[in-house]
Amino acid sequence: MNGLNKQAANAAVWLVLLTMPYWMGAVGGYTELACRILVLGLAAMALNFLLGFTGVLSFGHAAYFGLGAYGAAMTLRYLVPSTPLSIVVGVVVGTIAAAIIGAMIVKLRGVYFAMVTIAFGQVFYFITFRWNSVTGGDDGLTGWKRQALKLGFATVDILHNDKAFYYLILVLFAAAVGLMALLLRSPFGRTLIAIRENERRARFLGIPVEQHIWLSFVISCFFASLAGTLYALLNNFTDPRALYWGQSGNFVIMAVLGGMRSFWGPLVGAAIFVVLQDYVSTQTENWMSFVGLFFVLVVMFFPRGVLGILRRKTAS
Amino acid sequence: MSLLRVENASRHFGSLIAVNGVSLTVEPGELRAVIGPNGAGKTTFFNLISGFFPPTSGRIIFDGKDVTQLPAHKRVAMGMARTFQITEIFPELTVRENLRIPVEVSAGLRLVPWRSRRAEGEVTRRVAELLDMGGLADKADRLVGELPHGDQRATEIMMSLALKPRLLLLDEPTAGMGDQETYDVTRLIRRLHKEQKLTIVLIEHDMRVIFNLADRIMVLAEGAILAEGTPDEIGKDEHVQAAYLGKAA
Repeated sequence: MNGLNKQAANAAVWLVLLTMPYWMGAVGGYTELACRILVLGLAAMALNFLLGFTGVLSFGHAAYFGLGAYGAAMTLRYLVPSTPLSIVVGVVVGTIAAAIIGAMIVKLRGVYFAMVTIAFGQVFYFITFRWNSVTGGDDGLTGWKRQALKLGFATVDILHNDKAFYYLILVLFAAAVGLMALLLRSPFGRTLIAIRENERRARFLGIPVEQHIWLSFVISCFFASLAGTLYALLNNFTDPRALYWGQSGNFVIMAVLGGMRSFWGPLVGAAIFVVLQDYVSTQTENWMSFVGLFFVLVVMFFPRGVLGILRRKTAS
Repeated sequence: MSLLRVENASRHFGSLIAVNGVSLTVEPGELRAVIGPNGAGKTTFFNLISGFFPPTSGRIIFDGKDVTQLPAHKRVAMGMARTFQITEIFPELTVRENLRIPVEVSAGLRLVPWRSRRAEGEVTRRVAELLDMGGLADKADRLVGELPHGDQRATEIMMSLALKPRLLLLDEPTAGMGDQETYDVTRLIRRLHKEQKLTIVLIEHDMRVIFNLADRIMVLAEGAILAEGTPDEIGKDEHVQAAYLGKAA
């Protein structure tokens, strides 16, 4: 894709995101659905920073997503009624956990790395599942709500005004995605692409591969935990399923579905996943079978994902 | 002071002794060839020098410092670059991008998380220089994976050169090439050696290439040094002829 096409694609994405709450209703959706697309899209893009742009598959990103969610929820439930602070706490908790666990696993590769990320994810899952008195256990953590934003000069009621909450998410989403784009175009970002393309060559060009994979993992989990905090705030609730390895699998599915080699691919994948889930689950309880079938078809016929098809069309 | 000194290096893989007590001294500005039959331990020897894995015993001294236990990327930072027997490049990136990455790493930019306009000018200039030197300027925006083998090899050598090495290790640079490509790559190596005064150690199978290029030759057989000397001396050596032509000689 040439520069002009790329700019047009970016403009189109932002236009859609900026106006989404206003036409969602007309096409059978609702604002909360738009919020879910943004939040899960951010999580899938965060995973893809590691998967698509560093070439490392994590099957345990729900752990950091979930730690973000619980960090935010527990801050609001037990500490202070402040939405911004809850986001900060969630992100800090998720990122610190990723920094520690990342340091232990960066020497592993391929399926071993994926397996160990699952294992660590399940550790956090069982902690939230069992520690009833603090996390609410299987029933989830209730008894809290996201709080209105006090900006000094004005107060924004993000609890009752769902459009206002959507735009709060969009602002954070834009900041996160902008940061990711900046990182990927930097010399540091190119070292990650180098590792994805040929780890041995990267190492023998003087790149300390483990250090760079660790950084990529931590950055990726930083964004995943931000998405997790927003997910909890969106639902005014969180439960252990936010950390379950099935959730990690969903993020991978979204990234692959949309196209993990393209920047916006995972967002498109998340949108398809969320809409499909929303629609099919009103028809049948077995909605996952249909999402799965769709996924298999995409992988079989369009291995580069939905955006991979579009890209080939514009290139030819 | 010699640039590289390998002292009595050995490497065992279980009961197999791939390299057995090999010593080598390379002076600055020298072009040294390492030859030997298949399975002689040449590539294993290169892997010990470049830090792919550490030796079982022995020492590697580079530029006066003991680097025996140093990881590969730190040896690269000290000025040791290498290519591989099977070309190792970034096939899905363009030639320009392939060169840009080592240029940025060698400029100390690998952890810079934003675009720096100032650094970018310098990087672009250096990449253009390398493209010219490798004869790749007209293919700069092609994907490397789509180029012929000779151009891929030239890209790999240029990537190593982008690191501003003081020692360049080339593992069979003309392997699998036709006559024209072999000639082009040989000429490129000779230019790097003569014009840039680069110290080079190369493994090679093609005798024409070696006798054309090398100042001195080391012959390995079954993991140990069989002979060492100038191309003339090696050409006349009975042991070498025996190793290449069969035990009967």
